[in-house]
Amino acid sequence: MSKKMHIQMTVNGEEQEFLAEPRELLIHTLRERLNITGPHIGCETSHCGACTVTINGKSVKSCTMFVAQANGAEVTTIEGLGNPDSLHVLQEAFKEHHGLQCGFCTPGMITRASKLLEENPTPSEEEVRFGMAGNICRCTGYQNIVKSILAAAEELNSAKEAAQ
Amino acid sequence: MIPAAFEYHRPKDMEGVLAVLKEHGDDARVLAGGHSLIPMMKLRMADVPHLIDLQDVETLRGICMDAGTVHIGAMVTQAEIIANDQLAQAAPIMREASLQIADPQVRYMGTVGGNVANGDPGNDMPGLMQCLDATFTLVGEEGERTVKAREFYEAAYMTARDDEEVLTSVSFAAPKGGSAYEKQKRKIGDYATAAAAVILEKSGGTCSAASIAMTNLSDTPIWSEAAGAALIGTAVDAAAIKAAVAAMLGDIDPAEDNRGPIEFKRHAAGVILSRAIARAWDRA
Amino acid sequence: MKDEVTREERVDALGGMGCKRKRVEDARFTQGKGNYVDDIKLPGMLFGDFVRSPYAHARIKSIDASAALALDGVIAVLTADDLRPLGLHWMPTLAGDKQMVLADGKVLFQGQEVAYVVAKDRYIAADAVELVEVEYEDLPVLVDPFEAMKSDVVLREDLVGEDGSLPDGAHGPRKHHNHIFTWEAGEKEATKQVIDNADVVATETMYYHRTHPCPLETCGCVASMDKVNGKLTLWGTFQAPHAIRTVVSLISGIEEHNIRVISPDIGGGFGNKVGAYPGYVCSVVASIVTGVPVKWVEDRMENLMTTAFARDYWMTGKISATKDGKITGLDCHVTADHGGFDACADPTKFPAGFMNICTGSYDIPTAYLAVDGVYTNKAPGGVSYRCSFRVTEAVYFIERMIEVLAIELDMDAAELRRINFIRKDQFPYKAALGWEYDSGDYHTAWDKALKAVDYDGLRAEQAQRVEDFKAGKTRKLMGIGLTHFTEIVGAGPVKNCDILGLGMFDSCEIRIHPTGSAIARLGTISQGQGHATTFAQILATEIGLPADSITIEEGDTDTAPYGLGTYGSRSTPVAGAATAMAGRKIRAKAQMIAAYLLEVHDDDVEFDVDRFVVKGAPEKFKTMKEIAFAAYNQAIPGIEPGLEAVSYYDPPNMTYPFGAYVCVMDIDVDTGEVDIRRFYALDDCGTRINPMIIEGQVHGGLTEALAVALGQEIAYDDMGNVKTGTLMDFFLPTAWEVPNYETDHTVTPSPHHPIGAKGVGESPHVGGVPCFSNAVNDAFRAFGLRHTHMPHDHWRIWKTANQLGLHG
Repeated sequence: MSKKMHIQMTVNGEEQEFLAEPRELLIHTLRERLNITGPHIGCETSHCGACTVTINGKSVKSCTMFVAQANGAEVTTIEGLGNPDSLHVLQEAFKEHHGLQCGFCTPGMITRASKLLEENPTPSEEEVRFGMAGNICRCTGYQNIVKSILAAAEELNSAKEAAQ
Repeated sequence: MIPAAFEYHRPKDMEGVLAVLKEHGDDARVLAGGHSLIPMMKLRMADVPHLIDLQDVETLRGICMDAGTVHIGAMVTQAEIIANDQLAQAAPIMREASLQIADPQVRYMGTVGGNVANGDPGNDMPGLMQCLDATFTLVGEEGERTVKAREFYEAAYMTARDDEEVLTSVSFAAPKGGSAYEKQKRKIGDYATAAAAVILEKSGGTCSAASIAMTNLSDTPIWSEAAGAALIGTAVDAAAIKAAVAAMLGDIDPAEDNRGPIEFKRHAAGVILSRAIARAWDRA
Repeated sequence: MKDEVTREERVDALGGMGCKRKRVEDARFTQGKGNYVDDIKLPGMLFGDFVRSPYAHARIKSIDASAALALDGVIAVLTADDLRPLGLHWMPTLAGDKQMVLADGKVLFQGQEVAYVVAKDRYIAADAVELVEVEYEDLPVLVDPFEAMKSDVVLREDLVGEDGSLPDGAHGPRKHHNHIFTWEAGEKEATKQVIDNADVVATETMYYHRTHPCPLETCGCVASMDKVNGKLTLWGTFQAPHAIRTVVSLISGIEEHNIRVISPDIGGGFGNKVGAYPGYVCSVVASIVTGVPVKWVEDRMENLMTTAFARDYWMTGKISATKDGKITGLDCHVTADHGGFDACADPTKFPAGFMNICTGSYDIPTAYLAVDGVYTNKAPGGVSYRCSFRVTEAVYFIERMIEVLAIELDMDAAELRRINFIRKDQFPYKAALGWEYDSGDYHTAWDKALKAVDYDGLRAEQAQRVEDFKAGKTRKLMGIGLTHFTEIVGAGPVKNCDILGLGMFDSCEIRIHPTGSAIARLGTISQGQGHATTFAQILATEIGLPADSITIEEGDTDTAPYGLGTYGSRSTPVAGAATAMAGRKIRAKAQMIAAYLLEVHDDDVEFDVDRFVVKGAPEKFKTMKEIAFAAYNQAIPGIEPGLEAVSYYDPPNMTYPFGAYVCVMDIDVDTGEVDIRRFYALDDCGTRINPMIIEGQVHGGLTEALAVALGQEIAYDDMGNVKTGTLMDFFLPTAWEVPNYETDHTVTPSPHHPIGAKGVGESPHVGGVPCFSNAVNDAFRAFGLRHTHMPHDHWRIWKTANQLGLHG
């Protein structure tokens, strides 16, 4: 065990402060320490994306980041995207288009998709497939995930148009 | 997969980085994006008692261009390279290659410095840097020095960088002519089965300059002077491409792995290189 | 005022069978509120972690845990010596063999469990694992089953008598010390005669490589022994929670009523989570010893290296036919590599699963199958990865043999299939290897599929492509993959299907609440299939209450009725049937209540969507909601209060879903890269409960098929080292590598199933693998290829092209 360090981070808008070993993986910080269990552990070698969260505006695989690296960071997980009274458009779209089955990849998938749509609000199917290639799903074959994301993009854009 | 304990350092500047390196020598390693090093630490295949996180060292950031020379800080990520339109204008091969590295999440974290400095023969940037004839800037206790990318790689994970030095930036002249980065891989996130970086200049229908490097086909990237020479002065026709491929095949030394046996890799190398040359020539 | 609700609107309001009901599971999953095993956190919980063998075959000379025990936060280090006094150092496998829980003197595969560290958190446990010193003496390694059958090296000394004799195994006599069983079906002599005297015989040997189900969530558990009350609670990634409870009871001696097994949300199973693994046993022991909860969750490498491989069958076939292509006989011999322990998850009487469905969709009068199971220095397992027991192997075998026979006959493979299909009027059809197919209409499905893809047009395009290739105009070949599969799912009839003596029935228990909502509990467990959605649909139609008012609960052995769980596409065929039958019991009682309330005779009311109506007087009715209230709150002479039912369903037969698939791909002969241009999948799963979910299952199964066919393997080197232990090398495709699929269907209900449903979750995998593989093989048919082994990754495709001389 090494010396614990003082860590401060904002997770889903809430300030968090604690002492942790620097080697603690961010995914464990979220899941074990902060009880934010939406992000999951799938492959542990940064291939599957089940642990995807948004850190300082980037989609990051939290299994491949030490808590020390995230000291001072702003972190958003699936829990920060929407709430039962007001779901994120992507959460609705995944439900509507059967974009999930076992649900294990879903939090990482939706979190990543939210960033993708921020960066590219009108993606083509090909761009969705390329932009989501860091997230593995074993159940759906991706067809309905892609459909969900494209539908969410359309929904967001028509909402934006309506607002203008 | 849980890494062994380590002490964490996050200096604000290069002096701080060098101080930790000096104090701990071999026991210290710098951390850029971490997507090579952290998995190795989790598998306990890399023992790092002191980890120096470079994220706060502002001088390692930024892409700038002056007088036709491109400077990229070591901590610039692949995502930043892809997003930089000016860079894409000056050196389109940088964006083209970066898009073929790993996956979106990894590209937000993966840095130029990490990719070129750790000496992993699977990484894409080293071959690309050799193709661009880039210069690496290393900073150590003794001050700053530069090493050409083509002289930097000695063997797998062995480079000209001393343990107490940090690679701080890469720079290269914006390439002229046409370029292409061609990569065969098994899936998104994989290293190359074979990858080729090609830059060609055209003058009156013939090739006036050529630079060709390949990735993951030896224990270092392979920049083949002979392959380039085989194209210069030709119209880059089938015979010339064949000669360039033959020259490259003389220089590579692939090893068998899950991507296939040596004979396949040599064949794939030839095909990928031919395609890269054809595409670069098309763009020249 | 008019309150005209049409009958159609009443049907729609139920959300019953046949509608694309949105999934009720999705609210929690999309908000990150699923509850998977690793989400469970109990006060004082400890973590377990394994010391594993780096060797594939070695004797253990010593284990020194002193340094690990000295580490702050380490509670215990268990070895076989600690488990021996409890009789838990070995455990029974589902296949009638036994398996070491912790290495007892030797190890038989790389990654085998050697010691179990218990510590305060997973970081300390991981540190402690590094500190346990094990001294090994390496032994000769056998990774090839054919070599193992010839070798003097004895892998399992525990199965050889002191005098060198070979006692029978669980499935009869053994031929060699590394041999496990021989299993036969059909007529050996008659088949030989037919083949010897046939006009045409095609022979081929094919390797169905070792792979792994690799669900995104690995296996794990939390064991919690409450010493005060003597109760053990075990949460785990269990596809068969009730069977796990019984097994835990049998091996631990804790009475079954004192064990509560809970499968919470499961992040995909695909067969990986059927078996019992050393991690479960060690966690239970550790919790009993420490008196506090213990969690164990394997990491991805452990998952790929140790729990539940699939396939690894060497299959040699002979298929005979008349000159005009009518198949006369089929012979199949399998050498099955089971690894160091025989831990296959098959019904007891079927050590090679339902491999004897290998006559496929064809009317083959005479057939013979023999399977030899063999021990090697590889991980144990042999699970059904997204298929019924060994059915992918069987379907791959016959669908490849058909293609090879087509080459032998110089015939079109689609036509060869057509002339050999079992005809619609032959059902129920008794196959040569014993099964009785319940229903099918293969010709209709086949013709629909071929028409949908313009099969003749594709063949013409392919012929042109071959010409262009030969003329040097292209370096890409075109492959047309065909498959017509017949599955055998829904194990199964208790008379011949059991696991460890547990009959493979399943169950449903329904409780209607007074206000007209309900809860139903089943013996199965969803791992993503959407049971909470679809079983409520079955019930909605059966009992006339809205699906949205019905809660489905599974996975808690204290509350759910006993059942054998979810795998082998058995949920709908077995538990789905139990659900319908229990629903009908509810309806039967409701009918009596309705008749009483309507003051008519029981026979004078009839069920209509959501109510009972007086025959001939539809304006006189009682809704099921009203009946439910009356059932609890009105004294009805001769009828006890309440409205509940339970059904244990022992299926009279298996169900036989089928399908017709076509894959069109382009293959770059220089790089070996494959581009799937089109994939058409027609599935006939009988009655369709939820088309949206069926389609999702087909997409997913096809994608797992693509992975297996095109690259996914568990590969070993000669020393028994696993070469594909992480997701860098173990191929799981991303959205980028996967095409869009076209789905289609016909409906041929199962005649013996209460609602006619057959099951679909595994069909696309079973049919998909040979379809992708046939496309690769087909691309090279014009250049003389008969067969090339999977996985068809780049270098193997390149090698095929190279051997055919296509690289100049």
